[in-house]
Amino acid sequence: ISKMYHKEKSIHMKSSASSLYNSLSVLRIAPRCLNCFTVVHANVVNMVSASWDGLNYSHRQLQSKEGNVATSSSLIMQAALCVLPSRDLLVLTSQKGIQMYESDGSIMVYWHALDTPETPTAKVVFARGIAAVREKYICVGVSSGSVLVFDVPGKGSNIILSEVLEEHKEAITDMASECSGNLECIADLVSADDSGLLCVWKSGEDFHLLNKIPGFDTCCSSVNLWNGTVIAGYGTGQIRLYEGVTGILHAEVNAQARWIYSLDFAPFTGLEREELCLISAAEDSWVRVWHVSLTPETNSVEIEHMYNECVTDTQICGAKFCDGDGYAFAVTSYDLSEIIRYTQA
Amino acid sequence: MSQRTLPLLIINLGGEMIYILDQRLRAQDDNDDKTQRVMNDIVATMFNKAFLEELLQPQDLYSHRALRTVLTRLAHTSIMRLNQASMDKLYDLMTMAFKYQIVLCPRPQDLLLITFNHTDTIKELVKDNPSLVNQINEAQRQLIEVYTPLSDGDFELIRHTLLVLFQDMQIRVSIFLKEKIQNPNGHFVLQTSGPVPYGFEVPGLIRYFNAKGQEVRRTRFPSGGNYTSALRQGSFDLSGDRVTILEMDPSTTSNSTRKQKQADTTPNPLAKEELNLLAKLMGGMEVQKILNVDTGFKVNLLALDQEEEGIGISEGTAHESSRVINIQATQDQLASTELARIAGEFDEGGSLTEGPGNKGDDLLAMMDEL
Repeated sequence: ISKMYHKEKSIHMKSSASSLYNSLSVLRIAPRCLNCFTVVHANVVNMVSASWDGLNYSHRQLQSKEGNVATSSSLIMQAALCVLPSRDLLVLTSQKGIQMYESDGSIMVYWHALDTPETPTAKVVFARGIAAVREKYICVGVSSGSVLVFDVPGKGSNIILSEVLEEHKEAITDMASECSGNLECIADLVSADDSGLLCVWKSGEDFHLLNKIPGFDTCCSSVNLWNGTVIAGYGTGQIRLYEGVTGILHAEVNAQARWIYSLDFAPFTGLEREELCLISAAEDSWVRVWHVSLTPETNSVEIEHMYNECVTDTQICGAKFCDGDGYAFAVTSYDLSEIIRYTQA
Repeated sequence: MSQRTLPLLIINLGGEMIYILDQRLRAQDDNDDKTQRVMNDIVATMFNKAFLEELLQPQDLYSHRALRTVLTRLAHTSIMRLNQASMDKLYDLMTMAFKYQIVLCPRPQDLLLITFNHTDTIKELVKDNPSLVNQINEAQRQLIEVYTPLSDGDFELIRHTLLVLFQDMQIRVSIFLKEKIQNPNGHFVLQTSGPVPYGFEVPGLIRYFNAKGQEVRRTRFPSGGNYTSALRQGSFDLSGDRVTILEMDPSTTSNSTRKQKQADTTPNPLAKEELNLLAKLMGGMEVQKILNVDTGFKVNLLALDQEEEGIGISEGTAHESSRVINIQATQDQLASTELARIAGEFDEGGSLTEGPGNKGDDLLAMMDEL
């Protein structure tokens, strides 16, 4: 399959994107109709709802609020739109803690403060890494390496911290949950950290650690989970595909010439659930699209390069598919006040 | 947000400032002794033990305003004086030069190599003064002690903290535009060719493994760029080849001994004649010696007939106005009111990283005692 993409009209934001891993989050509100994008700028989240053709859009800027403080100057490390069966939530992680809002950013439903030391210490404290897991969990990572598990009711603000998972020793960078719908998959969540360590978990009343895949002292900045396969992007510009539960390395790609900042995937329309489009983006200005196929019978994985796009003179920090089948993707870069969109030609 | 950013920021910005001032003074003034004295005084302050200790405390980054104050104080530790507009211009240049280095930094820990490049060059400038060289060596030892244990992730956080500070600064600098390292829209040019960073592989290879971890197959893909293998690792020692080519020492890119020519009147900002690098940057400068008992002298970094356009620097909350200062080596009419307006706009309001209490006060108080 050859996919060629062309550039569409960009969506302008009120402020530029900060250089954070996985800086772009996309919510698909209706197929081929509307997308909601969130992009972090320092202590503010730019939210844009855009029509499919990018011609109609509305903005909102959400300022980081912490506890009783009306606005906060603490930097936001990540903003992610989380999809649970009963509701969508916007989760923000910052130096001070974790905020959860209704997905349009209108109301804050929950605030969790991190323990921050009174006087500055060398080890900075922040939260980063967000994933919605199964029916009712939102998991958030912390700079200490802890993973906080929040139990989220179908509606309302009675969200509680139900568990703290302590396996990582370095700051969490990214987390991803299994959303293939494949009931045979045991693993529900993968967490990644600054040392490249990957932890694979099963969710439940008590989360259970299934496997630890060591890193090579290189940051794993972005991670995905599909049908039990962990797809991870590293600070060395490499992508690795592992079988999550066993830790077997299927393939390693020398993908990019600079630190990878974003990985995302979309399954192909109408094809077997074991095929997907993968998109990687890095500070080297390249966005690359790959075709990944998993064959459960032979337990093998194939990754094929499909397409390159050079977003000239930009350090890309976010690249996401706008829809479920890889037809369109959007890109954000440091210092750029636009969301650049591409669709298949 | 990283608590370890300030020392790298001050030393690198201070380093840029020292290069620029050294070049300017030597080009304008035959009195090498006076220039050397200014350099020695600034270096002595910047690498003062107590000053460095204060910098090395884990702490938040200063705001632009506090930073500018510290650097202005540093520039004025000697007999040289800069007026407000000149200092503003110098600050813009140093920050854009350093921003370029941070943006292009291939791996986060290379920030340390860039810092060492700066300390190496400063050492060279004061090499005839053993006590200053010792101070710089001592500073480098402390930097090595504090920074070499940091992980990739720690350095990436430092880099992220710096990128937040410099976010949306798109000041166009004539020499950067001319050398094609900056676009007309202010964004830096990012090459998709050249050596990959140390520890990276050239993109283009996919390797497959069996359950025992043995490689069983490889395939290739076109990477689009023109990348080559990594160079050797730079040295993180007190001295050594840093390998990185990122530091922007003007003396390596132009003939630094050439005196500034009388500025010509063509309006072409990218005139091809080879002016002294700083003359291109500054558009012409004057050093006014004050003929009185005071041996001090003023440096004016702006030609009298230079036009400046542009506005200030955004600090996070955005409004959609163009935020560019276009520093051109033109000789158009100066509107002194325009300069005053620009100088006024640099006095920005509260910034993102300014917390309660005044950061930098301790540092400034200490500098007064030095």
